[in-house]
Amino acid sequence: MAVTAHRKTYSKTYSSWGGVLRAPHEAVLPTARAEAAAALVEPFPNGVVPYGNGRSYGDVGLNPLGGLLDMRGLDRFIAFDPETGLMTCEAGVTLADILAVTARPEADGGGWLLPVMPGTRFITVGGAIANDVHGKNAHRLGSFGCHVEALELARSDGRVLTCSRSENADLFRATIGGLGLTGLILSATLRLRRVPGLGVETEDIRFDHLDRFFDLDAESTGTWEYTAAWIDCLATGTALGRGIYSRSRHVAGVAAQPPARHPHIGVPLAPPISAVNGLSVRAFNALYWRKLGASGRKLSLGAYEPAFFPLDAIDHWNRLYGPKGFFQFQAVVPPADAKAVTGALLGAIATSGQGSMLVVLKRFGEVASEGLLSFPMPGISLALDFPNRGASTTTLLARLEAIVVEAGGRIYPAKDFCMSARSFAAGYPGLEAFRSHLDPAMTSAFARRVGIVREDIP
Amino acid sequence: MSARQSRIAIFGATSDIAVAYARRSAAQGARLVLFARDAVALETVAADLKVRGATAVEIRHADFADLSTLPQVSRDAFAAFGGLDVALVAYGSLPDQTALNADPAALKAALDLNFVSPVLLANLLAAPFETARAGAIAVITSVAGDRGRQSNYAYGAAKGGCQTFLEGLRHRLFPAGVTVLDIRPGFVATKMTAHLPQGGPLWATPDQVAGDIVAALEKGRAVLYTPWFWWPIMTIVKSVPRALFHRTKL
Repeated sequence: MAVTAHRKTYSKTYSSWGGVLRAPHEAVLPTARAEAAAALVEPFPNGVVPYGNGRSYGDVGLNPLGGLLDMRGLDRFIAFDPETGLMTCEAGVTLADILAVTARPEADGGGWLLPVMPGTRFITVGGAIANDVHGKNAHRLGSFGCHVEALELARSDGRVLTCSRSENADLFRATIGGLGLTGLILSATLRLRRVPGLGVETEDIRFDHLDRFFDLDAESTGTWEYTAAWIDCLATGTALGRGIYSRSRHVAGVAAQPPARHPHIGVPLAPPISAVNGLSVRAFNALYWRKLGASGRKLSLGAYEPAFFPLDAIDHWNRLYGPKGFFQFQAVVPPADAKAVTGALLGAIATSGQGSMLVVLKRFGEVASEGLLSFPMPGISLALDFPNRGASTTTLLARLEAIVVEAGGRIYPAKDFCMSARSFAAGYPGLEAFRSHLDPAMTSAFARRVGIVREDIP
Repeated sequence: MSARQSRIAIFGATSDIAVAYARRSAAQGARLVLFARDAVALETVAADLKVRGATAVEIRHADFADLSTLPQVSRDAFAAFGGLDVALVAYGSLPDQTALNADPAALKAALDLNFVSPVLLANLLAAPFETARAGAIAVITSVAGDRGRQSNYAYGAAKGGCQTFLEGLRHRLFPAGVTVLDIRPGFVATKMTAHLPQGGPLWATPDQVAGDIVAALEKGRAVLYTPWFWWPIMTIVKSVPRALFHRTKL
């Protein structure tokens, strides 16, 4: 432990969620907003990165050997107005905490829900803003940042600024999706969404080719709020892109309790080798694709947890990939060539024989994400995991990256470990404007790798 | 005993275990009166508990190292909601034994804060509970109180002293039907232990400990090892022969 006038730092090890990077950091563990802001004022020799609940797959939240502000101690609610749905909380509050407090069904089954729910509820509000995360209703309600009313941002010059669409608006837009590089988010005010029923009806529909995904999506988009598809990434030829389309919508009067604040079961230790391999993926996919039986359809009514947070059922599921960890890949490609480009991506993956059970295809809509570096844009998004098999995996990822960039798409920083500076610049035209809002103290392994900040620190 | 609308006083209310317990109680609609030294932190915690569902939250500034103020602290606790159902004594410090060895004044301060102050307060709280013939006094001690060890014996002695005191207090209050709970956590990932590695199977979160406290109070338990596996561990630690024990670095 090192103590200076402005902060205490602790040498602690932090890992990416994918487990590929594990490194010591000089961590600050603030428990008050003023303490967090003060810690930022004294320079960190190797820069500093804000860290939330560690669910980013790659290196956006890491700064090996450098400073790290672990924000999990700032987990207090500040205010909630059940008339307007405005919720103010510290940056380290998790989405699971918010759901537990606000999404309790009222007498009519309705309640206040997070307008955007990403695939895991175990992320912090600060992380959700910094990565401008999205959910299955991205085509309707946009990304997380669209529902942030205001945020409190500490800068390393000692200022604490309120940022909103009317105050410090440019900095607000830079901080939404700003990967923690514009300063430290201390707290935020979110506009929650009143739904007439917290429960959802969910329909799963099997489809046997990628083309059918586009048909089902066109048919569903007007009447279903939440849509996404699971894809069998090992299917080839006429079965390329087969999968299961899932669509959900709230049903007035149907209640659902908030999901648990912690998973009930977990993976205590990483197995010595990945439990996710060609054999297990092939077996799982073959069975899963057939799970809907002869009809190929299933309609269910009730809790939203299984539909929105399937991975949250098992704590530390990432350990199943073994000590070498895994890479995650998520990219979005523009709508014009989406069918062909998605086919090319899936073809490259199927040919390589790599991939995992977890593959999600989703259409993003026209609701604009406001952040200068926000990931969502209109088009088709593909996300999947790859067990880390060294060069053969990074070669495949480079191939996918090339297809995406050539199609005018972009790769999601929160999931990325490999993208080049050139691909990042090509995918994010807001980069130049963003740079003027950088806080000189902030950095990350990701920011240096893709050239958002200069490489002169390790 | 249900936590709904129950009246709860927490002393050292900004400690991580206390906050976790308060949050669980708030979610059940409890009324809470919180005592702590740091006024800003108290206000932050109070706002949090209100959003989480507490029916009422009162905050009181208190310096538990100032023993002369404890009678007023006890009176304030009972006055806030016209009586109490649960009093949780959660303050303390984790001193560095090596530093204490060379500093008698610091040793005395550590013993005051971890032993003298909490038992004085528990004894002050006892009388009104005894009169009411209901309620519970819960004090966070530690597994470190179970046996003196070279690395930590000032803290251990203070906590061990608390344990013996609570045993006697429990004996006294038994006829009145008042619960006296001795909470003995093991390693808990809190601010107080941030300088330690905080990983591995022996470490618990404050929320896990708080869950155990809620369950122990509901059952009217006397001694709570939390998490549960500290009971067998400490049984072994206590039974290791001295000749062998002296060779360890515990």
